[in-house]
Amino acid sequence: MTAPLLSVSHLSAVSSRDGEGAILRDVSLSVARGEVHGIVGESGAGKSTIVKAILGILPGGIRLTGGAIALEGRDLLALDPDARRHVLGAEVALIPQDPLTALNPGRRIGGQLTDGMRLWRGLSGKAAEDRALALLHDVQMREPARVMRAYPHELSGGMRQRVLIAAAFALDPKLVIADEPTTALDVTVQKQILRLIRSLQEQHGTGVIFVTHNLGVVAQICDRATLLYMGRVMEQEATATLLERPRHPYTRALIAACPRYDRPGQDLTPIPADVIAACRAEIASLDPGEASHG
Amino acid sequence: MAEALLDAPSPIATSRHADRNRIRALLAQPKVVFAGGFILFLIMLAVFAPLIAPRDPLEQDLLAGTLPPMGFTGAEPGFLLGTDDLGRDVLSRLIFGTRIALIVAFVASALAALLGTLLGLFAGYFRGATDAAVSRLVEIWMAFPPVLLSILVVAIMGAGVGSVIAAIAIIDWTRFARVVRTETMAQAQADYVVAARVLGFGRLAILFREVLPNVAPVLLALLTLEMGIAVIVEAILSFVGLSVSSDTPTWGGMIAQGRQIIHQAWWVFAAPLAALFATVLAFNQVGDGLRRALDPVMQR
Amino acid sequence: MAIVTLFGVAVVVFLLLRVAPGDPVAMMIAPGASAHDIAELRARYGLDQPFLVQFGIWLDGILHGNFGTSISLRRNVLELLTERLPATLELAIVACAIAVLLGGATAIAGTLIRRTRGEAMIDAVNGLMLAVPDFVWALAFVLVLGVLWPVLPLSGRSDPSVDAALSTHFYLFESLITGRFGIARDTAAHMVMPALALALPLAAVIIRILKEALSEAMVQDYVLVARVKGMTELRLVAGEALRNAVGPTLALTGVQFTFLIGGTVIVERIFAYPGIGSMAIDAVINRDLPLIQGLVLVFGALFVLINLAIDAGVAALNPRLRHG
Repeated sequence: MTAPLLSVSHLSAVSSRDGEGAILRDVSLSVARGEVHGIVGESGAGKSTIVKAILGILPGGIRLTGGAIALEGRDLLALDPDARRHVLGAEVALIPQDPLTALNPGRRIGGQLTDGMRLWRGLSGKAAEDRALALLHDVQMREPARVMRAYPHELSGGMRQRVLIAAAFALDPKLVIADEPTTALDVTVQKQILRLIRSLQEQHGTGVIFVTHNLGVVAQICDRATLLYMGRVMEQEATATLLERPRHPYTRALIAACPRYDRPGQDLTPIPADVIAACRAEIASLDPGEASHG
Repeated sequence: MAEALLDAPSPIATSRHADRNRIRALLAQPKVVFAGGFILFLIMLAVFAPLIAPRDPLEQDLLAGTLPPMGFTGAEPGFLLGTDDLGRDVLSRLIFGTRIALIVAFVASALAALLGTLLGLFAGYFRGATDAAVSRLVEIWMAFPPVLLSILVVAIMGAGVGSVIAAIAIIDWTRFARVVRTETMAQAQADYVVAARVLGFGRLAILFREVLPNVAPVLLALLTLEMGIAVIVEAILSFVGLSVSSDTPTWGGMIAQGRQIIHQAWWVFAAPLAALFATVLAFNQVGDGLRRALDPVMQR
Repeated sequence: MAIVTLFGVAVVVFLLLRVAPGDPVAMMIAPGASAHDIAELRARYGLDQPFLVQFGIWLDGILHGNFGTSISLRRNVLELLTERLPATLELAIVACAIAVLLGGATAIAGTLIRRTRGEAMIDAVNGLMLAVPDFVWALAFVLVLGVLWPVLPLSGRSDPSVDAALSTHFYLFESLITGRFGIARDTAAHMVMPALALALPLAAVIIRILKEALSEAMVQDYVLVARVKGMTELRLVAGEALRNAVGPTLALTGVQFTFLIGGTVIVERIFAYPGIGSMAIDAVINRDLPLIQGLVLVFGALFVLINLAIDAGVAALNPRLRHG
């Protein structure tokens, strides 16, 4: 049994702002090589906190109180910031959520694409440029040469997201973290982007952590998924099992809440209050004396 | 009918509660308290100069010439900050110099504020031709080196406190006009102005009753800043010999005189310079504190 | 537009000077001169003509490069101006460079150490600096570096022999380019204090505004993404953030550059630095009409040019404006 690509063990975090409220409660998950792992949950469940903890960019108000994060067996939390920068820069990439704000408005696309190559692969000038053009081709960008010279505000939302995806896969990373990459896009574009990520992932054999609040996306693209509620793992399963034979009441309620396009006229069913109460009770019983968060 | 409404309280009267909070925020800053205290101290010096100053600032005593300040070898008691080459007590001259500095500071800045605010209000509120004219005027005005223009004005009007005050007002109104114009333009779009208009208030009434009070906070901060600038301009003018007659002691004049004998008696140069710096700094800190207290965005 | 402003400047100064009491001719005539001599001198300088005629003559002269003759210095005004303008330009350029480098470096450093005590100290010192005008800096330098600890020359521009040794009046630039480092050092030594006096107020403003713009940029998403790519903090501040902070900073600080030029009037005077600024005060005191007009026109032109340059710079720095 090979070691997992990424392993998060018993990670806990609190917010030092509003009275040490818990943000993550004993979260564990693991991603194997080449696996697409979804982290699902509603807003405030702690999805982006896990991601930020992995990338080492936790905001000042959030503090880890326990647990470990290991990339190919290497303890990330034990590294000093400079060493972590080296490890993560070359081997882990991020596809951010909002393509509009994630690109530097004052720099051309070409420069932003070749950043990683120049930093970590020692490429420069023509070599870097050629590689960038090839990447743009991989993400099915029309007129890659024109895009290279363009500024972000000259591109559409979908084009910008493709650029970000290209940048993510530029260094052939071991792990790509996609932070709700389709949320800010039109529905028509979403499916294309999802397919693109999946195909690149298969092509490079990259592990992917896919953060989303949308079970539909999980169904389309994820091999396994971790379901979070209020910072606690509710269920962790292969996708098929999760969706067909959910064990946790929260999972069942979440699936039931999805709008069904094949049953028009049926009312939407929100997650029932007793399920929420049961979840909260479960969490409270594990951390007595904790103020509820969210 | 509209006349009767004019007597009604303004729809956006600032509540007393908000004002109290602002004053509290203002006084909570230590630098404002210190700086404000210093300015009050200066006012006291200016008003009671004849009583506070140890000697007559014009009295010459050639036998006591170029005495260093207390603490240096050769100093004599009674001359706390030493004497200049004519034996005049530096400290007393310094205290009397406060009078000119403060008179100019308060009067000139008030005049500049008055002129600039009026023009800024009109330009920002009525827009169109008025705005174009005022803006063009501001642009031309700002193309002059301020020092040059002030010297020109004083040269034209003849030396004296009045000319100095006029010169400062004539030069620095642009500072107020620009800020007030921008602020007014922003305020003029606000809902309360539209509401007042719909209610039938005349345009001038709206301008002075509604817009001006909301522009006032910015104005106040700028005013204290202008006081500091006025003190400097007066100092420059008296440095070049264009301010009041050479009998009345001014800080700028003392600096100029001190410059001549700087190698023999550097304190005659240094004391008024320090006083100038401290005064400008004080006005600046109060203005800064006002800006922070009155601007909700700045309050961290 | 700029021409209109300049024209307006010319009109205003012309008006002001004609309104002034004090007869310039009477000042320069020898005592005991006859009324006939005075009238002759007045006619020579065209001061006996009606206002509009005088203005017309002057304007026509300007457009043909004739600025008249200085009443107090008895020399051609244009000659005087071209002789002394390079000194002021050198001083201004050096001062601007100091301000931008010092201000920029401090703002970047302050952003790198943000939310620490060091940053608070920078803010505090900056707050004090903002209160000090060029006049006070200049006098303080005279006291400290000229008298108490005399390491720098207190006045003038250079050794008198320099003028003979160089072909242009750009002493510093020419001596640097031609490799005469002795002359360059001497010129620079004379320039340090006046340049610093002019630069520090501008630097203070740059620090305040640039630091705020940088802080704002640093919390943007693209900086976070760049950080994840593995860029160092310095690269994030001076590379990613600075690019977007310079434009707004320039827009807000642009007017300060004109204040720097205006400041040469008093700073040059304090250090007896022979640029156009130091001529100005005496020209006014002596009611030297042609010289004053010439000076005001030159200053006005400089101000207008600087404003144009600033506007162009701001537009160039904003990619959205550049490509539409």
